[in-house]
Formats: sequence, C-alpha cells, structure tokens
Amino acid sequence: MDTSILVNLSYIASSILFIVGLKMLGSPDTARNGNFLSSSGMLLAVLITLLDQNIIDYRYIAGALIAGSIVGYFAATKVKMTSMPEMVAIFNGFGGIASLLVGSAEYVSGTFDNPAFLGAIFFTVLIGGMTFTGSIIAYGKLSEVISGKPYLYRGQQFVNGLLLLVILLVGVNMLFIQGYISAEQTLILLIALAFMLGILFVIPIGGADMPVVIALLNSFSGLAACAAGFVILNNVLIVAGALVGASGLILTNIMCKAMNRSLANVLFSGFGAAPNTTAESAQEQGEVKPITAEDAYLILEAASSVLIVPGYGMAVAQAQHAVRELGELLEENGAEVKYAIHPVAGRMPGHMNVLLAEANVSYDVLVEPEDVNPIMETVDVCIVIGANDVVNPDAKDNEGSPIYGMPIIEVDNAKTVFVSKRSMASGFAGIQNPLFFKSNTRMLFGDAKETVSTLVSEFKG
Amino acid sequence: MESQIILLIFILVLSIFLGVELITKVPSTLHTPLMSGANAISGITLVGAILSSGSSEVTTIALGTAAVFFASINVVGGYLVTNRMLGMFKKK
Repeated sequence: MDTSILVNLSYIASSILFIVGLKMLGSPDTARNGNFLSSSGMLLAVLITLLDQNIIDYRYIAGALIAGSIVGYFAATKVKMTSMPEMVAIFNGFGGIASLLVGSAEYVSGTFDNPAFLGAIFFTVLIGGMTFTGSIIAYGKLSEVISGKPYLYRGQQFVNGLLLLVILLVGVNMLFIQGYISAEQTLILLIALAFMLGILFVIPIGGADMPVVIALLNSFSGLAACAAGFVILNNVLIVAGALVGASGLILTNIMCKAMNRSLANVLFSGFGAAPNTTAESAQEQGEVKPITAEDAYLILEAASSVLIVPGYGMAVAQAQHAVRELGELLEENGAEVKYAIHPVAGRMPGHMNVLLAEANVSYDVLVEPEDVNPIMETVDVCIVIGANDVVNPDAKDNEGSPIYGMPIIEVDNAKTVFVSKRSMASGFAGIQNPLFFKSNTRMLFGDAKETVSTLVSEFKG
Repeated sequence: MESQIILLIFILVLSIFLGVELITKVPSTLHTPLMSGANAISGITLVGAILSSGSSEVTTIALGTAAVFFASINVVGGYLVTNRMLGMFKKK
C-alpha cells in the first residue's frame, strides 16, 4: 500500500481521537480517559510521521524528542497546583516557538513562487513569535519575576500601530516583492518584529488580567499550529490547531464576561491591578463588626446550610486543607455544605476548582454563582475566605463603582456572612467593599489558615 | 495546489465550528485541565517539526530539531500535567 494513504488515514484517526478526547473532557467522570484518548491520538500522529519516507536521519529527532520529553516530564510532575497558570503560560510559549521554527525551516528550504505558501509561513512565524514572547512576559508577571503592574507609556497606541504597519510591509515584501531585502533578512526581521509584538502586547496588561491573557495565548498557540498546517499542507495540524484556537477563544470570552469587560478593555486599558486609591477609599461606610472564631463556631454549629466562597487569598494562605476539614465537620454536624466558585476566583479559568480538588474537596459540591445566587436567602452562613471583589455588592448596587455590572456571588443576601480577612486592605481592583459594613456581616480578622484551623479545633473540641 | 488549499480551508472552518460546540459543553470546574489538555494538543506542531528535521539541508534540520525539542516539552508536559490534575477530581 502507498505510505501516504496510510499516513493520511492515521491522521484522520488522530483527529477523531482529539475530538472524542475533548468531548469526554465535558464531564469529570470521563475526563481522564478523554485525556488519555487525546494523548493516544498524538502518539499515533507522531509515530506515523516518523514512518514517513521523507525522513532521512532519525538521530536528531530522537535526541530532541527525548530531551523535550524529559523536560516536560519533570515540569509536569514537579509543578505546584498554585503555579499551574505560569506553567500553562510557558507551555503555550513553547508551542508558539515550535510553530515559528517549523515555519522558518520550511521557508529556508522552500520555493518562493507561491503566495499561499509564503502567506502561511508569514502567519505561522508572526503568531508563533508573538505567542512565545507574550507567554514569557505572562509567565514573568504570574510568577512575579517582573512586576504585575500594567506598564503604560505615552504614545503606546502609536508605537503599536507603527509596529503593525511595519509587519504588514514585511509581509507584502515577503509574499509579492521579494528581493528588496533577501529572504534570510526578511525572515529574521519578521521574527524580531513578532517577538516585539508579543512583548508590547502583554506588558501593558495588569497581573489580575493574566487569566484572560493566558486563555488568549492558548488560542494563539493553536492558531500558530493551524497556520503551520497550511505551510506543510497537513490536515491533522489544521484540525488540532483549530480545536485549540476555538477552545482558547471561548475561555477568553468566559473570563471577560465574568469580569464584565470587553476583550479590548482588558487588552488596552491597563486596568487590572493598579490600585486606584483615589476611587472612594476615603469614604467611610460605617462600622465593621469583628467576631472571634469561638463565637463564629457557635453560629456555625447551629447552621443547617453553609456556603463557602474561596478566593485566591485562601490559596495564598495555604488554607485549602483546613477548609476541606471544616466542610467535612460541618457536614457531620448535619449542615449542607457547598462551595461557590467565581470564574475569576483563581489565576486562570477553573484554577480554584483544581486547588480544591487537590485538597480532596469532592467536585459535586462545587457550584457556580448563577446556581447559588437565586437560593442565597436560604443560606444560613456564608464563609468568605480570601475573596473580595467577587463578593462586592457594589457590582450590582453602585453605578459609580469600577466593577459595576460584574457578575458576583451575592453573599450579602445570606442570613449571616463571615469574612475571613487579614486586614481591611482592599482587593485586586483596589476598591472598598461595602459587604464588610453590612449588618449581617461579621469579620474574622487574621490569617485564613489559622482562623479556619481554630474553627476546626472548636468543632473537634 | 489551489484546490488543496480550498479543501484545507474547508477543514479549518468545520474544525472551528466543531471546537466551539465541544468546548462550550465543558463545565467551568474543568477549565484548567481543558486548557492544559488543549495546550498539549497544540503541540501537534511536533508533526511538522519532525517532517522538517528529516530534511537534507543543514539549516532546515537545525530549525526542525529545535522545533521538535520545544514541541515535545509541550506535548509530554501538557498531557502529563492534565492527567495529574484530573486524577485529583474525585466524587464522594
């Protein structure tokens, strides 16, 4: 049989495995098997490509495959769950640079008379390059190697516009003119411009908006693979790349909706994280009522339904395990316990769910804001741990608030709200939270882990 | 050549629609594993990398080999970490 038929049939099989794998990710029960199917699809595609007749020397491929696999293995097994956003960010970047290199490799060995081929290379190098440097900046911001502050300067839009214009000119030269500068020079120039675009694209975006950026870069890494598929005229690259591109775009959209902001606003406003002290911090909103953990215990003991609202502050305090223990004790005590997870509670989409899963919280008690808000009045006690902006009632009541319109978890409608908080400092958005001053709110000041552990020992004692 | 490009664009458009249908059904609980799993799939560029590094020209081999390295980090790391995360999701 002709090998090319065998190769292409295998690529179809790989595509099916990717699609079914993604479909099975739709439920926690089947997700793990889905991931396995997807990885089998990848293995099949790689093995069949290795059988391809065009390949002359396997030594380099084998060496690079083994080295890359070792790095990937260690990264995947050592990474802490709190650092997952950084790792996904850097992996996106590796996918981008790989596509850029494929595009470049085809360019230096290719012919220059086909605009479709050259156009595909142009997009592969451009998207791959900006995904690479953009991801590195995102990694730096998430791991706090570089400041999470949005970096804004005068004339930013002008510089970006100029850069896009130059990229366009290089593209035109590459596709149609050729010879104004040599092919090698064109390629190097394009790579440099793509790298610059990635940096300038992510650097003005604040640390709090990084979840949107990672989702978008995820999409880009898929699109880069897709463009590479057009370079080498390979259908499995196009199918897989398009699936990833769609996935990233949907997640980007979900995150934007959860923050009630448009993508353009996230990308260009420099909003995320810059503490805006002038806002309304001067405004005194009443008295906060602190409560000791011992008194809180007495209220919790009498509660028949408890809703826990975790935020990233809980993960920072490493309080997940104590929280899970508290939840179990409350259940033993006869209360119904749920966890309300806001989409932006963690540092990437779904991050908080992974952190709670790691602490052995069962996934069927994790609920979304739209499920829990309508029945909030029936909740006896809401425990807010390390969350702030996602429970800020200003989002629905105060039109002047910067977060007005953002969907929140309406904990202020519960009968009693406990807020575990280190101090009265404001959240990521730098705005005051009227929840703390409501008559049904009690503040549990102190380290989240200590507070929850005290509650746990009260229950045990 | 032209007809092949058109066919590939056809595949691209259908794949995007399929992707949108598939992904909107993934619950928010699984969005992080979805992202790292999708990330691993984007390592499919490894196939292109292998084809490039199998060439006979030195520059192409060098670029292709580097691409194989990065793409295989993406593939192996992406799938393993997704598996690790999904292993943590338990029901009572």
